[in-house]
Amino acid sequence: MRNLKYLKNIATLKLDPGKCTGCTICTLVCPHAVFEMKNKKAVIKDLDACMECGACTLNCQYEAISVDSGVGCAAAVISGMLGRTDAKCCCVQEIKKRC
Amino acid sequence: MKNKYIINTIKFKGKDVPVISWQLNFSDIFGAVKVRLGIKRDHYRINPGLYALGTPDKASHVFVSANYKLSFDSLRSKLKGINAWILVLDTKGVNVWCAAGKGTFGTDELNLRIKESDLAGLVAHRRLIVPQLGATGVAGHLVKKHSGFSVTFGPVRSSDIPDFLKNGLKATPIMRRVQFPLQDRVVLVPMELVTGFKYLLLIIIFFFMLGGLSSTGYSFTTAIQRGILSSILLLSAYFSGAVLGPILLPWLPGRSFSIKGLFAGFIVVPVLFLGFLRSFSLLEIISWSLIIPLLSSFLTMNFTGASTYTSLSGVKKEMCLYVPIQIIGVIGGFVLWMIDRFIR
Ligand code: SF4
Ligand code: SF4
Repeated sequence: MRNLKYLKNIATLKLDPGKCTGCTICTLVCPHAVFEMKNKKAVIKDLDACMECGACTLNCQYEAISVDSGVGCAAAVISGMLGRTDAKCCCVQEIKKRC
Repeated sequence: MKNKYIINTIKFKGKDVPVISWQLNFSDIFGAVKVRLGIKRDHYRINPGLYALGTPDKASHVFVSANYKLSFDSLRSKLKGINAWILVLDTKGVNVWCAAGKGTFGTDELNLRIKESDLAGLVAHRRLIVPQLGATGVAGHLVKKHSGFSVTFGPVRSSDIPDFLKNGLKATPIMRRVQFPLQDRVVLVPMELVTGFKYLLLIIIFFFMLGGLSSTGYSFTTAIQRGILSSILLLSAYFSGAVLGPILLPWLPGRSFSIKGLFAGFIVVPVLFLGFLRSFSLLEIISWSLIIPLLSSFLTMNFTGASTYTSLSGVKKEMCLYVPIQIIGVIGGFVLWMIDRFIR
């Protein structure tokens, strides 16, 4: 089956090659194979596949990766906007930036 | 009866460690079906702490899991024949991925459970196998720093664990990838249907009541006739948004779920008009052509939360773009439908 892809050029993922030590952890934790190792450094190979889960940021101990992590769930966004703290899906989040 | 899956207990440093088997029994499977249907979803948890799967010893692997019984059952049944320890974190009955996103399946909770279960005294090695999807909450290097245990991230799917173990704790790239195949989408559909049903019922009742209105007063016969037609149309919009949208996801055009849901709605529109064309006015046809696809669009958009690849930035972007259209379209359609009641 082909891989489903979400919206283009929207993920907030950034990688600082200066800080990367090439430990490869990010390639192991990412569930969407966003990273690839090139010349002993991690590079972002597939930005559009990033779902902003934050696993890479949390596990890169050299702080080379940043992402505005959150859960891509419309029901939670609606609940957040209505100021509720419960949502049908497992995630509840504060909405920092509106439209 | 409770805790049928615990077959025995062993003592470790004065504490009881429950022993479990690989075999799922009838109540495990029946429970899983109920959860999928949204019945008693919040109570499907087990006690956190250490479990012995089979007859593990101090060299056995330690797997970390969530206290959501579905995750736990899936793990133990896939480990068939392997003796291991399972360390269950208190995720409040939420599965690994969601709990990791929330932080309950996290570094602190893991460190706490390692200490509480005296894991360092139990096993001779210093390695934990944590499901890869737990990486959103568990920082391997911080666990190592606080507990001395190093974290190896296992495969995404528990069914790949036997191969992962045979490979010398190495996951292949495919084992590391989250996908969203048909069967995964299908099991989520009942939940989608159950969640929105009470709203749908309210809308249907609303349409039944207003269906009797006309310029000559209120007629119950018309209310029933119109109401039945309206509920069939509303149900089909519901079906397209909550069933067709998720199931046909890869084949529907567009990347936004709202657009995919819109197209799912287009699929059901013509089917219905074939049957109803005769009794419908042009205004009514326009009204339902707005309501069905846009309601469907909204419903499929809500499937983003259950999907495995949508980002928050993306969801916000599509909502900013399409929610106003969905609202205006559905309300517009409803207004036309009301106007039609009075000009007949
Ligand atoms: S985890 Fe960080 S340091 Fe390690 S390879 Fe990835 S970016 Fe580089
Ligand atoms: S945020 Fe998640 S999906 Fe995006 S690159 Fe990091 S690990 Fe991969």
